[in-house]
Amino acid sequence: MNIDIEKQLNELKQRVEKLEAGTKDQLSMVVFSGDLDKILAALIIATGAAAYDMKVKLFFTFWAISSLRDPQKHGKGKNVIEKMFGLMLPKGAGKVKISNMNMGGMGTVMIKNIMKKHKVASLPEMFKTAGELGVEINICEMSMNLMGFKKEEMIDYPGMTVCGVGTFLSDAQESKIQLFI
Amino acid sequence: MTTEELRNLKTDTIVDARGTACPGPLLAAKKGIGEINSGEIMEIYSSDEGTKIDIPKWCQKMTHEFLGIVEEDSYSRLFLKKA
Repeated sequence: MNIDIEKQLNELKQRVEKLEAGTKDQLSMVVFSGDLDKILAALIIATGAAAYDMKVKLFFTFWAISSLRDPQKHGKGKNVIEKMFGLMLPKGAGKVKISNMNMGGMGTVMIKNIMKKHKVASLPEMFKTAGELGVEINICEMSMNLMGFKKEEMIDYPGMTVCGVGTFLSDAQESKIQLFI
Repeated sequence: MTTEELRNLKTDTIVDARGTACPGPLLAAKKGIGEINSGEIMEIYSSDEGTKIDIPKWCQKMTHEFLGIVEEDSYSRLFLKKA
């Protein structure tokens, strides 16, 4: 009889542990968009969550990866198409455009001025803050390769890792909040 | 607490987040709270209207005690006690 109770207790303990592991104070976000406004929103939510002592994990994929490029750095060993992609896509957080009313770049210049006036932090500043707060950035290897980007042309960001969808799914499963931007 | 009580309150640290927009004051609060001990009182200066809604909610979630707001001419003073 005693053995049965102990066994049941252990089973229950394991189930509780599993449940608790499933609901970490963690936020996982896919950052897909390469638009200034959307990446800004992603970083405001990410840094805000860090203020709530949440662990924050961002998975940068497709167009969003452009915002992580360092304009001072160059990727080596690119073929013609990769070089072309590199030339056509924005080179860094300071170069991405707004999703609406861009008007050939005029809208982006305007919104940046308005942001300054309203004391809203710029995108490069937000990346710096996110790094200081321990917001984790993972880059999707597959889409980075598709765009012809190299790890060595990305900004210096603490702990930035190149990985796959498995990392995102593992993180997302144990997060209280999951978002796609 | 009443405005009068808050005005006379001795604060342990003041975080000046005036002139920053969302999420500036929240991030400043997070930084400031890390620099004081449990039971100590922090004051946040903010000129951002949303902060007055956000900080009490943040306090509730983080279990800090929100003490109240004092309005000045061009900014607000928010008081809280660290959990």
